[in-house]
Amino acid sequence: MEKSISTYKMTQSESVEQQLWKKSVRRNRAFKALTIASPILLLIIWEILSRTAMIDPRFFPPPSLIILEFFHLGATGQLFHHVGISLYRIVGGFFLGVIPAIIIGLLMGMYLPVRYTLQPLVMALMPIPTLALMPIIIIVFGINDISKMVTIAGSVFFPVLINTVAGVTNIDRIYLDIAKNYGAKSKDYFFKIALPGALPMMMEGIQMGQAIALLTIVAAEMIGANSGIGYLIWTKYKTFVLKDMYVGLVLISFFGYFFSLLLRGLQRKLIPWQKS
Amino acid sequence: MTESKIKVDHLTKVFFKKHSSVAAIKDISLDIKEGEFVCLLGPSGCGKTTLLRILAGLEKPSTGEYTIAPGKENKPLQSMIFQEQGVIPWMTVENNVSFGLRMRHAPKDELKERTEYYLDKVGLTEFRHLYPSEISGGMKQRVSIARAFANDPEILLMDEPFAALDEQNKFILQEELLSIWEETHKTVVFITHSIDEALLLSDRIFLMSAQPGTITREKKIDLPRPRNIEMVRSNPKMGEEFVDIWQHLQEAVLEKRH
Repeated sequence: MEKSISTYKMTQSESVEQQLWKKSVRRNRAFKALTIASPILLLIIWEILSRTAMIDPRFFPPPSLIILEFFHLGATGQLFHHVGISLYRIVGGFFLGVIPAIIIGLLMGMYLPVRYTLQPLVMALMPIPTLALMPIIIIVFGINDISKMVTIAGSVFFPVLINTVAGVTNIDRIYLDIAKNYGAKSKDYFFKIALPGALPMMMEGIQMGQAIALLTIVAAEMIGANSGIGYLIWTKYKTFVLKDMYVGLVLISFFGYFFSLLLRGLQRKLIPWQKS
Repeated sequence: MTESKIKVDHLTKVFFKKHSSVAAIKDISLDIKEGEFVCLLGPSGCGKTTLLRILAGLEKPSTGEYTIAPGKENKPLQSMIFQEQGVIPWMTVENNVSFGLRMRHAPKDELKERTEYYLDKVGLTEFRHLYPSEISGGMKQRVSIARAFANDPEILLMDEPFAALDEQNKFILQEELLSIWEETHKTVVFITHSIDEALLLSDRIFLMSAQPGTITREKKIDLPRPRNIEMVRSNPKMGEEFVDIWQHLQEAVLEKRH
Protein backbone atom coordinates (compact mmCIF):
# COMPACT_ATOMS: atom_id res chain seq x y z
CA MET A 1 0.00 0.00 0.00
CA GLU A 2 1.27 3.45 -0.83
CA LYS A 3 1.15 5.99 1.93
CA SER A 4 1.56 9.70 1.74
CA ILE A 5 4.70 10.61 3.68
CA SER A 6 3.68 14.14 4.58
CA THR A 7 1.14 13.01 7.16
CA TYR A 8 3.15 10.16 8.43
CA LYS A 9 6.11 9.68 10.74
CA MET A 10 8.77 7.90 8.78
CA THR A 11 10.35 4.66 9.90
CA GLN A 12 14.11 4.39 9.87
CA SER A 13 14.17 2.36 6.65
CA GLU A 14 12.00 4.94 4.98
CA SER A 15 14.28 7.79 5.94
CA VAL A 16 17.28 5.85 4.64
CA GLU A 17 15.46 5.42 1.35
CA GLN A 18 14.49 9.09 1.39
CA GLN A 19 18.17 10.09 1.63
CA LEU A 20 18.99 7.84 -1.32
CA TRP A 21 16.11 9.27 -3.27
CA LYS A 22 17.24 12.84 -2.60
CA LYS A 23 20.71 11.87 -3.72
CA SER A 24 19.43 10.53 -7.03
CA VAL A 25 17.40 13.70 -7.57
CA ARG A 26 20.55 15.76 -7.01
CA ARG A 27 22.48 13.55 -9.43
CA ASN A 28 19.87 14.00 -12.15
CA ARG A 29 19.98 17.75 -11.64
CA ALA A 30 23.75 17.69 -12.00
CA PHE A 31 23.49 15.80 -15.28
CA LYS A 32 20.98 18.32 -16.63
CA ALA A 33 23.36 21.12 -15.64
CA LEU A 34 26.17 19.40 -17.57
CA THR A 35 24.01 19.27 -20.69
CA ILE A 36 23.40 22.99 -20.49
CA ALA A 37 26.93 23.89 -19.43
CA SER A 38 28.90 22.06 -22.12
CA PRO A 39 27.92 24.23 -25.13
CA ILE A 40 28.24 27.40 -23.04
CA LEU A 41 31.70 26.37 -21.92
CA LEU A 42 32.72 25.72 -25.51
CA LEU A 43 31.53 29.20 -26.53
CA ILE A 44 33.44 30.81 -23.65
CA ILE A 45 36.66 29.01 -24.59
CA TRP A 46 36.17 30.01 -28.22
CA GLU A 47 35.58 33.63 -27.18
CA ILE A 48 38.74 33.74 -25.07
CA LEU A 49 40.92 32.03 -27.66
CA SER A 50 39.67 34.34 -30.38
CA ARG A 51 39.96 37.54 -28.30
CA THR A 52 43.51 36.71 -27.27
CA ALA A 53 44.29 35.80 -30.90
CA MET A 54 45.38 32.32 -29.93
CA ILE A 55 43.20 31.25 -32.84
CA ASP A 56 43.04 33.55 -35.85
CA PRO A 57 40.03 35.87 -35.27
CA ARG A 58 39.77 36.42 -39.04
CA PHE A 59 38.75 32.79 -39.47
CA PHE A 60 37.23 32.24 -36.06
CA PRO A 61 35.60 35.49 -34.97
CA PRO A 62 34.52 35.54 -31.31
CA PRO A 63 30.94 34.31 -30.72
CA SER A 64 29.90 37.63 -29.21
CA LEU A 65 30.67 39.35 -32.49
CA ILE A 66 28.76 36.69 -34.40
CA ILE A 67 25.74 37.29 -32.17
CA LEU A 68 26.02 41.05 -32.72
CA GLU A 69 26.27 40.45 -36.45
CA PHE A 70 23.17 38.29 -36.25
CA PHE A 71 21.15 41.22 -34.87
CA HIS A 72 22.75 43.57 -37.35
CA LEU A 73 21.79 41.35 -40.30
CA GLY A 74 18.39 40.83 -38.76
CA ALA A 75 17.81 44.57 -38.51
CA THR A 76 18.50 45.10 -42.21
CA GLY A 77 15.87 42.54 -43.08
CA GLN A 78 18.03 40.58 -45.52
CA LEU A 79 18.42 37.75 -43.01
CA PHE A 80 14.69 37.13 -42.85
CA HIS A 81 14.53 37.07 -46.60
CA HIS A 82 17.18 34.34 -46.82
CA VAL A 83 15.79 32.34 -43.90
CA GLY A 84 12.24 32.56 -45.19
CA ILE A 85 13.13 31.40 -48.68
CA SER A 86 15.21 28.49 -47.33
CA LEU A 87 12.46 27.35 -44.97
CA TYR A 88 9.98 27.48 -47.82
CA ARG A 89 12.22 25.23 -49.92
CA ILE A 90 12.97 22.87 -47.04
CA VAL A 91 9.37 22.38 -46.00
CA GLY A 92 8.18 22.05 -49.60
CA GLY A 93 10.93 19.62 -50.55
CA PHE A 94 10.51 17.66 -47.34
CA PHE A 95 6.84 16.94 -47.99
CA LEU A 96 7.49 16.36 -51.68
CA GLY A 97 9.85 13.56 -50.63
CA VAL A 98 8.16 12.18 -47.52
CA ILE A 99 4.61 11.72 -48.79
CA PRO A 100 5.42 9.56 -51.85
CA ALA A 101 8.05 7.70 -49.79
CA ILE A 102 5.42 6.69 -47.21
CA ILE A 103 2.85 5.64 -49.81
CA ILE A 104 5.30 3.67 -51.96
CA GLY A 105 6.96 2.25 -48.84
CA LEU A 106 3.66 0.94 -47.47
CA LEU A 107 2.78 -0.58 -50.85
CA MET A 108 6.22 -2.20 -51.12
CA GLY A 109 5.93 -3.54 -47.60
CA MET A 110 2.46 -4.98 -48.10
CA TYR A 111 2.45 -6.28 -51.65
CA LEU A 112 5.21 -8.64 -52.75
CA PRO A 113 4.84 -7.98 -56.50
CA VAL A 114 5.31 -4.25 -55.85
CA ARG A 115 8.29 -4.95 -53.63
CA TYR A 116 10.02 -7.24 -56.10
CA THR A 117 9.42 -4.81 -58.95
CA LEU A 118 10.64 -1.67 -57.22
CA GLN A 119 13.38 -3.11 -54.98
CA PRO A 120 16.09 -3.20 -57.72
CA LEU A 121 15.24 0.33 -58.85
CA VAL A 122 15.46 1.63 -55.29
CA MET A 123 18.75 -0.12 -54.68
CA ALA A 124 20.23 1.25 -57.93
CA LEU A 125 19.00 4.82 -57.47
CA MET A 126 19.67 5.21 -53.77
CA PRO A 127 23.49 5.53 -53.91
CA ILE A 128 23.35 8.40 -56.44
CA PRO A 129 23.69 11.68 -54.52
CA THR A 130 20.80 13.91 -55.53
CA LEU A 131 23.22 16.85 -55.48
CA ALA A 132 25.13 15.25 -58.33
CA LEU A 133 21.90 15.34 -60.31
CA MET A 134 21.40 19.04 -59.64
CA PRO A 135 22.58 20.15 -63.11
CA ILE A 136 19.99 17.84 -64.69
CA ILE A 137 17.33 18.97 -62.22
CA ILE A 138 18.07 22.60 -63.04
CA ILE A 139 17.88 21.88 -66.77
CA VAL A 140 14.50 20.25 -66.30
CA PHE A 141 12.95 22.58 -63.70
CA GLY A 142 14.96 25.75 -64.14
CA ILE A 143 16.83 27.86 -61.57
CA ASN A 144 13.94 28.31 -59.17
CA ASP A 145 12.45 27.07 -55.91
CA ILE A 146 11.01 23.97 -57.57
CA SER A 147 14.43 22.64 -58.53
CA LYS A 148 15.63 23.09 -54.91
CA MET A 149 12.55 21.30 -53.62
CA VAL A 150 13.02 18.43 -56.05
CA THR A 151 16.63 18.07 -54.95
CA ILE A 152 15.63 17.97 -51.29
CA ALA A 153 12.77 15.59 -52.02
CA GLY A 154 15.17 13.23 -53.79
CA SER A 155 17.45 13.11 -50.75
CA VAL A 156 14.65 12.73 -48.22
CA PHE A 157 12.79 10.09 -50.22
CA PHE A 158 15.12 7.12 -49.75
CA PRO A 159 15.68 6.97 -45.98
CA VAL A 160 11.95 7.37 -45.41
CA LEU A 161 11.11 4.75 -48.03
CA ILE A 162 13.60 2.19 -46.71
CA ASN A 163 12.44 2.66 -43.12
CA THR A 164 8.79 2.43 -44.09
CA VAL A 165 9.33 -0.86 -45.95
CA ALA A 166 11.33 -2.25 -43.03
CA GLY A 167 8.63 -1.01 -40.65
CA VAL A 168 5.92 -2.95 -42.48
CA THR A 169 7.95 -6.13 -42.99
CA ASN A 170 8.94 -6.18 -39.32
CA ILE A 171 5.36 -6.16 -38.07
CA ASP A 172 4.90 -9.31 -36.03
CA ARG A 173 3.05 -11.98 -38.04
CA ILE A 174 0.59 -12.54 -35.22
CA TYR A 175 -1.03 -9.13 -35.85
CA LEU A 176 -1.65 -10.13 -39.46
CA ASP A 177 -3.19 -13.39 -38.20
CA ILE A 178 -5.44 -11.49 -35.79
CA ALA A 179 -6.56 -9.15 -38.54
CA LYS A 180 -7.29 -12.05 -40.87
CA ASN A 181 -9.06 -14.09 -38.20
CA TYR A 182 -11.27 -11.15 -37.27
CA GLY A 183 -12.21 -10.50 -40.88
CA ALA A 184 -10.12 -7.45 -41.82
CA LYS A 185 -10.46 -6.33 -45.45
CA SER A 186 -7.40 -5.09 -47.35
CA LYS A 187 -8.30 -1.48 -46.58
CA ASP A 188 -8.30 -2.36 -42.88
CA TYR A 189 -4.93 -4.09 -43.22
CA PHE A 190 -3.53 -0.92 -44.72
CA PHE A 191 -4.89 1.58 -42.20
CA LYS A 192 -5.27 -0.49 -39.03
CA ILE A 193 -2.24 -2.78 -39.23
CA ALA A 194 0.42 -1.75 -41.77
CA LEU A 195 0.34 2.02 -41.25
CA PRO A 196 0.34 2.14 -37.44
CA GLY A 197 2.65 -0.89 -37.21
CA ALA A 198 5.22 0.76 -39.45
CA LEU A 199 4.85 4.19 -37.86
CA PRO A 200 7.65 3.96 -35.27
CA MET A 201 10.30 3.05 -37.87
CA MET A 202 8.77 5.44 -40.37
CA MET A 203 9.20 8.31 -37.92
CA GLU A 204 12.87 7.40 -37.45
CA GLY A 205 13.26 7.61 -41.22
CA ILE A 206 11.52 10.98 -41.27
CA GLN A 207 13.84 12.19 -38.51
CA MET A 208 16.79 11.14 -40.66
CA GLY A 209 15.20 12.74 -43.74
CA GLN A 210 14.85 16.02 -41.88
CA ALA A 211 18.59 16.15 -41.18
CA ILE A 212 19.37 15.27 -44.80
CA ALA A 213 16.99 18.00 -46.02
CA LEU A 214 19.05 20.62 -44.17
CA LEU A 215 22.33 19.28 -45.51
CA THR A 216 20.89 19.29 -49.00
CA ILE A 217 19.40 22.79 -48.96
CA VAL A 218 22.70 24.41 -47.98
CA ALA A 219 24.61 22.58 -50.69
CA ALA A 220 21.88 23.14 -53.28
CA GLU A 221 21.74 26.87 -52.58
CA MET A 222 25.51 27.08 -52.89
CA ILE A 223 25.38 25.64 -56.41
CA GLY A 224 22.52 27.34 -58.18
CA ALA A 225 20.70 30.03 -56.26
CA ASN A 226 20.67 33.73 -55.52
CA SER A 227 18.94 33.55 -52.17
CA GLY A 228 18.67 31.35 -49.09
CA ILE A 229 20.88 30.46 -46.15
CA GLY A 230 23.21 28.35 -48.31
CA TYR A 231 23.62 31.25 -50.72
CA LEU A 232 24.33 33.57 -47.77
CA ILE A 233 27.00 31.24 -46.39
CA TRP A 234 28.64 30.83 -49.78
CA THR A 235 28.72 34.50 -50.83
CA LYS A 236 29.90 35.68 -47.42
CA TYR A 237 32.65 33.11 -47.57
CA LYS A 238 33.70 34.24 -51.05
CA THR A 239 33.73 37.88 -49.98
CA PHE A 240 35.54 36.91 -46.78
CA VAL A 241 32.89 38.25 -44.40
CA LEU A 242 33.28 35.27 -42.15
CA LYS A 243 31.21 36.69 -39.30
CA ASP A 244 28.20 36.60 -41.60
CA MET A 245 29.08 33.15 -42.80
CA TYR A 246 29.00 31.94 -39.21
CA VAL A 247 25.59 33.49 -38.74
CA GLY A 248 24.39 31.25 -41.58
CA LEU A 249 25.98 28.17 -40.04
CA VAL A 250 24.48 28.87 -36.64
CA LEU A 251 21.06 29.29 -38.22
CA ILE A 252 21.32 25.89 -39.90
CA SER A 253 22.32 24.34 -36.60
CA PHE A 254 19.40 26.05 -34.90
CA PHE A 255 16.88 24.84 -37.45
CA GLY A 256 18.22 21.29 -37.28
CA TYR A 257 17.70 21.31 -33.53
CA PHE A 258 14.30 22.94 -33.81
CA PHE A 259 13.01 20.46 -36.41
CA SER A 260 14.29 17.53 -34.35
CA LEU A 261 12.35 18.72 -31.30
CA LEU A 262 9.29 19.32 -33.45
CA LEU A 263 9.43 15.80 -34.90
CA ARG A 264 10.03 14.22 -31.47
CA GLY A 265 6.93 16.00 -30.25
CA LEU A 266 4.99 14.80 -33.27
CA GLN A 267 6.28 11.28 -32.65
CA ARG A 268 4.93 11.27 -29.11
CA LYS A 269 1.57 12.47 -30.41
CA LEU A 270 1.37 9.96 -33.26
CA ILE A 271 2.73 6.94 -31.39
CA PRO A 272 1.13 7.16 -27.94
CA TRP A 273 1.47 3.40 -27.43
CA GLN A 274 5.25 3.50 -27.47
CA LYS A 275 6.95 3.56 -24.11
CA SER A 276 9.51 6.34 -24.07
CA MET B 1 -27.48 -29.53 -27.71
CA THR B 2 -26.70 -32.78 -29.50
CA GLU B 3 -26.28 -31.63 -33.11
CA SER B 4 -22.73 -31.48 -34.32
CA LYS B 5 -21.16 -28.06 -34.62
CA ILE B 6 -17.69 -28.80 -35.94
CA LYS B 7 -16.99 -31.75 -38.21
CA VAL B 8 -13.40 -32.53 -39.07
CA ASP B 9 -13.00 -35.18 -41.71
CA HIS B 10 -9.66 -36.95 -42.28
CA LEU B 11 -7.66 -33.75 -42.07
CA THR B 12 -3.97 -33.94 -42.96
CA LYS B 13 -1.44 -31.12 -43.16
CA VAL B 14 2.02 -31.64 -44.57
CA PHE B 15 4.66 -28.91 -44.57
CA PHE B 16 6.74 -29.31 -47.68
CA LYS B 17 10.27 -28.03 -48.17
CA LYS B 18 12.84 -28.67 -50.84
CA HIS B 19 14.47 -31.68 -49.25
CA SER B 20 12.00 -32.74 -46.61
CA SER B 21 8.38 -32.82 -45.71
CA VAL B 22 6.84 -33.02 -42.27
CA ALA B 23 3.35 -34.23 -41.54
CA ALA B 24 2.13 -31.88 -38.82
CA ILE B 25 -1.21 -33.61 -38.43
CA LYS B 26 -2.40 -36.82 -40.02
CA ASP B 27 -5.85 -38.10 -40.71
CA ILE B 28 -7.63 -36.30 -37.91
CA SER B 29 -11.39 -36.72 -37.62
CA LEU B 30 -13.48 -35.01 -34.96
CA ASP B 31 -17.11 -34.43 -34.28
CA ILE B 32 -17.73 -31.66 -31.78
CA LYS B 33 -21.23 -30.96 -30.58
CA GLU B 34 -22.98 -27.64 -30.18
CA GLY B 35 -22.07 -26.08 -26.84
CA GLU B 36 -19.26 -28.48 -26.07
CA PHE B 37 -16.00 -27.35 -24.45
CA VAL B 38 -13.30 -29.50 -25.99
CA CYS B 39 -9.58 -29.56 -25.21
CA LEU B 40 -6.85 -30.80 -27.49
CA LEU B 41 -4.10 -31.96 -25.18
CA GLY B 42 -0.65 -32.97 -26.28
CA PRO B 43 3.07 -32.28 -26.04
CA SER B 44 4.55 -29.34 -27.92
CA GLY B 45 5.08 -30.09 -31.58
CA CYS B 46 2.13 -32.48 -31.83
CA GLY B 47 0.41 -30.34 -34.42
CA LYS B 48 -2.40 -29.12 -32.20
CA THR B 49 -1.73 -25.51 -33.13
CA THR B 50 -1.73 -26.47 -36.82
CA LEU B 51 -5.15 -28.05 -36.41
CA LEU B 52 -6.47 -24.93 -34.69
CA ARG B 53 -4.96 -22.61 -37.31
CA ILE B 54 -6.76 -24.61 -40.00
CA LEU B 55 -10.07 -24.23 -38.16
CA ALA B 56 -9.27 -20.51 -37.78
CA GLY B 57 -8.84 -20.15 -41.54
CA LEU B 58 -5.18 -19.18 -41.18
CA GLU B 59 -3.83 -22.34 -42.79
CA LYS B 60 -5.19 -24.59 -45.55
CA PRO B 61 -5.32 -28.35 -45.02
CA SER B 62 -3.37 -30.53 -47.46
CA THR B 63 -6.16 -33.08 -47.70
CA GLY B 64 -9.42 -33.69 -45.92
CA GLU B 65 -12.01 -31.14 -44.99
CA TYR B 66 -13.87 -29.54 -42.12
CA THR B 67 -17.14 -27.76 -41.63
CA ILE B 68 -18.35 -25.37 -38.98
CA ALA B 69 -22.13 -25.25 -38.90
CA PRO B 70 -23.28 -21.68 -39.56
CA GLY B 71 -25.82 -20.06 -37.25
CA LYS B 72 -29.09 -18.43 -38.21
CA GLU B 73 -27.95 -14.84 -37.88
CA ASN B 74 -25.18 -13.00 -39.65
CA LYS B 75 -22.54 -14.03 -37.13
CA PRO B 76 -18.88 -14.77 -37.82
CA LEU B 77 -18.12 -18.49 -37.85
CA GLN B 78 -15.15 -18.45 -35.50
CA SER B 79 -12.90 -16.19 -33.46
CA MET B 80 -9.55 -17.09 -32.05
CA ILE B 81 -7.94 -16.25 -28.73
CA PHE B 82 -4.23 -16.14 -29.45
CA GLN B 83 -1.20 -16.86 -27.31
CA GLU B 84 0.28 -14.13 -25.14
CA GLN B 85 1.22 -11.57 -27.82
CA GLY B 86 -2.28 -11.53 -29.29
CA VAL B 87 -3.33 -7.97 -28.52
CA ILE B 88 -2.54 -5.24 -31.01
CA PRO B 89 -0.10 -2.79 -29.40
CA TRP B 90 -1.28 0.33 -31.23
CA MET B 91 -4.89 -0.02 -30.19
CA THR B 92 -6.26 0.84 -26.78
CA VAL B 93 -7.80 -1.87 -24.62
CA GLU B 94 -11.23 -0.75 -25.78
CA ASN B 95 -10.32 -0.73 -29.47
CA ASN B 96 -8.77 -4.16 -29.14
CA VAL B 97 -11.96 -5.52 -27.62
CA SER B 98 -14.15 -3.96 -30.32
CA PHE B 99 -11.76 -4.95 -33.13
CA GLY B 100 -13.81 -7.84 -34.54
CA LEU B 101 -17.05 -5.88 -34.34
CA ARG B 102 -15.45 -2.94 -36.13
CA MET B 103 -13.97 -5.17 -38.83
CA ARG B 104 -17.36 -6.64 -39.64
CA HIS B 105 -19.05 -3.23 -39.43
CA ALA B 106 -21.45 -4.17 -36.66
CA PRO B 107 -24.19 -1.59 -35.97
CA LYS B 108 -22.99 1.24 -33.69
CA ASP B 109 -25.24 0.47 -30.73
CA GLU B 110 -24.43 -3.25 -30.86
CA LEU B 111 -20.72 -2.43 -31.02
CA LYS B 112 -20.92 -0.13 -28.03
CA GLU B 113 -23.09 -2.45 -26.00
CA ARG B 114 -21.08 -5.61 -26.58
CA THR B 115 -17.74 -3.86 -26.07
CA GLU B 116 -18.86 -2.36 -22.79
CA TYR B 117 -20.44 -5.58 -21.60
CA TYR B 118 -17.28 -7.63 -22.09
CA LEU B 119 -14.94 -4.89 -20.87
CA ASP B 120 -16.96 -5.02 -17.68
CA LYS B 121 -17.02 -8.84 -17.65
CA VAL B 122 -13.21 -9.04 -17.63
CA GLY B 123 -12.89 -6.09 -15.24
CA LEU B 124 -11.09 -3.75 -17.62
CA THR B 125 -13.60 -0.91 -17.85
CA GLU B 126 -11.38 1.50 -15.95
CA PHE B 127 -8.36 0.56 -18.10
CA ARG B 128 -10.17 0.91 -21.41
CA HIS B 129 -8.12 3.87 -22.62
CA LEU B 130 -4.73 2.32 -21.83
CA TYR B 131 -2.45 0.69 -24.38
CA PRO B 132 -1.34 -2.96 -24.04
CA SER B 133 2.20 -1.87 -23.10
CA GLU B 134 0.71 -0.23 -20.00
CA ILE B 135 -1.09 -3.31 -18.65
CA SER B 136 0.02 -6.68 -17.25
CA GLY B 137 0.18 -10.01 -19.06
CA GLY B 138 -2.95 -11.27 -17.32
CA MET B 139 -4.85 -8.16 -18.34
CA LYS B 140 -3.70 -8.59 -21.93
CA GLN B 141 -5.15 -12.09 -22.00
CA ARG B 142 -8.40 -10.69 -20.59
CA VAL B 143 -8.44 -8.28 -23.53
CA SER B 144 -8.02 -11.25 -25.90
CA ILE B 145 -10.86 -13.12 -24.23
CA ALA B 146 -13.15 -10.10 -24.27
CA ARG B 147 -12.37 -9.46 -27.94
CA ALA B 148 -13.32 -13.01 -28.93
CA PHE B 149 -16.55 -13.10 -26.91
CA ALA B 150 -17.57 -9.58 -28.01
CA ASN B 151 -17.26 -10.67 -31.64
CA ASP B 152 -20.04 -13.19 -30.94
CA PRO B 153 -18.81 -16.01 -33.21
CA GLU B 154 -20.39 -19.42 -33.71
CA ILE B 155 -17.37 -21.15 -32.18
CA LEU B 156 -14.34 -20.04 -30.17
CA LEU B 157 -10.81 -21.27 -30.80
CA MET B 158 -8.22 -20.86 -28.06
CA ASP B 159 -4.53 -21.40 -28.62
CA GLU B 160 -2.90 -21.96 -25.21
CA PRO B 161 -4.09 -18.55 -24.04
CA PHE B 162 -2.76 -18.95 -20.51
CA ALA B 163 0.56 -20.68 -21.24
CA ALA B 164 2.67 -17.60 -20.55
CA LEU B 165 0.98 -16.58 -17.30
CA ASP B 166 2.17 -17.32 -13.79
CA GLU B 167 0.33 -20.07 -11.92
CA GLN B 168 -1.91 -17.85 -9.75
CA ASN B 169 -2.97 -15.67 -12.66
CA LYS B 170 -3.61 -18.77 -14.71
CA PHE B 171 -6.06 -20.20 -12.13
CA ILE B 172 -7.87 -16.90 -11.86
CA LEU B 173 -8.20 -16.48 -15.60
CA GLN B 174 -9.31 -20.06 -16.13
CA GLU B 175 -12.18 -19.56 -13.72
CA GLU B 176 -13.05 -16.20 -15.27
CA LEU B 177 -13.10 -17.82 -18.68
CA LEU B 178 -15.43 -20.54 -17.41
CA SER B 179 -17.82 -18.06 -15.84
CA ILE B 180 -18.02 -15.97 -19.04
CA TRP B 181 -18.44 -19.14 -21.07
CA GLU B 182 -21.29 -20.42 -18.83
CA GLU B 183 -23.38 -17.42 -19.98
CA THR B 184 -23.28 -18.29 -23.66
CA HIS B 185 -22.22 -21.94 -23.82
CA LYS B 186 -20.54 -21.42 -27.15
CA THR B 187 -18.69 -24.34 -28.68
CA VAL B 188 -15.01 -24.08 -27.72
CA VAL B 189 -11.90 -25.80 -29.02
CA PHE B 190 -9.12 -25.15 -26.56
CA ILE B 191 -5.49 -26.14 -27.00
CA THR B 192 -3.27 -26.84 -24.05
CA HIS B 193 -0.36 -28.90 -22.84
CA SER B 194 -1.50 -28.60 -19.22
CA ILE B 195 -3.41 -31.63 -17.93
CA ASP B 196 -4.89 -29.65 -15.01
CA GLU B 197 -6.17 -27.02 -17.37
CA ALA B 198 -7.78 -29.62 -19.64
CA LEU B 199 -9.45 -31.35 -16.67
CA LEU B 200 -10.81 -28.08 -15.32
CA LEU B 201 -12.20 -26.76 -18.57
CA SER B 202 -13.31 -29.62 -20.79
CA ASP B 203 -16.36 -31.67 -21.45
CA ARG B 204 -14.16 -33.83 -23.63
CA ILE B 205 -10.41 -34.12 -23.96
CA PHE B 206 -8.69 -35.36 -27.11
CA LEU B 207 -5.22 -36.67 -26.44
CA MET B 208 -2.73 -36.17 -29.22
CA SER B 209 0.53 -37.85 -30.11
CA ALA B 210 3.34 -36.16 -31.92
CA GLN B 211 4.83 -36.37 -35.42
CA PRO B 212 2.62 -36.88 -37.17
CA GLY B 213 -0.04 -35.44 -34.92
CA THR B 214 -2.91 -37.83 -34.51
CA ILE B 215 -5.67 -38.19 -31.96
CA THR B 216 -4.94 -41.25 -29.88
CA ARG B 217 -7.63 -41.14 -27.26
CA GLU B 218 -10.73 -39.36 -26.16
CA LYS B 219 -11.88 -38.76 -22.60
CA LYS B 220 -15.18 -37.53 -21.26
CA ILE B 221 -14.93 -35.32 -18.17
CA ASP B 222 -18.28 -35.33 -16.40
CA LEU B 223 -17.41 -33.16 -13.43
CA PRO B 224 -20.50 -31.02 -12.76
CA ARG B 225 -20.41 -27.32 -13.65
CA PRO B 226 -19.83 -24.63 -12.53
CA ARG B 227 -16.35 -25.87 -11.72
CA ASN B 228 -13.36 -24.39 -9.99
CA ILE B 229 -9.80 -25.45 -9.44
CA GLU B 230 -10.41 -26.71 -5.89
CA MET B 231 -13.04 -29.13 -7.18
CA VAL B 232 -10.62 -30.62 -9.67
CA ARG B 233 -7.81 -30.84 -7.13
CA SER B 234 -9.90 -32.42 -4.38
CA ASN B 235 -11.78 -34.88 -6.56
CA PRO B 236 -10.10 -38.32 -6.33
CA LYS B 237 -11.51 -39.37 -9.68
CA MET B 238 -9.88 -36.38 -11.33
CA GLY B 239 -6.64 -37.45 -9.65
CA GLU B 240 -6.92 -40.81 -11.36
CA GLU B 241 -7.72 -39.14 -14.66
CA PHE B 242 -4.64 -36.97 -14.25
CA VAL B 243 -2.39 -39.98 -13.75
CA ASP B 244 -4.01 -41.83 -16.62
CA ILE B 245 -3.53 -38.92 -19.01
CA TRP B 246 -0.01 -38.33 -17.78
CA GLN B 247 0.99 -41.93 -18.40
CA HIS B 248 -0.48 -41.78 -21.84
CA LEU B 249 1.34 -38.55 -22.74
CA GLN B 250 4.56 -39.79 -21.21
CA GLU B 251 4.45 -42.76 -23.55
CA ALA B 252 3.86 -40.46 -26.47
CA VAL B 253 6.76 -38.20 -25.54
CA LEU B 254 9.17 -41.06 -24.84
CA GLU B 255 8.19 -42.84 -28.04
CA LYS B 256 9.19 -39.76 -29.97
CA ARG B 257 12.58 -39.76 -28.34
CA HIS B 258 13.44 -43.31 -29.40
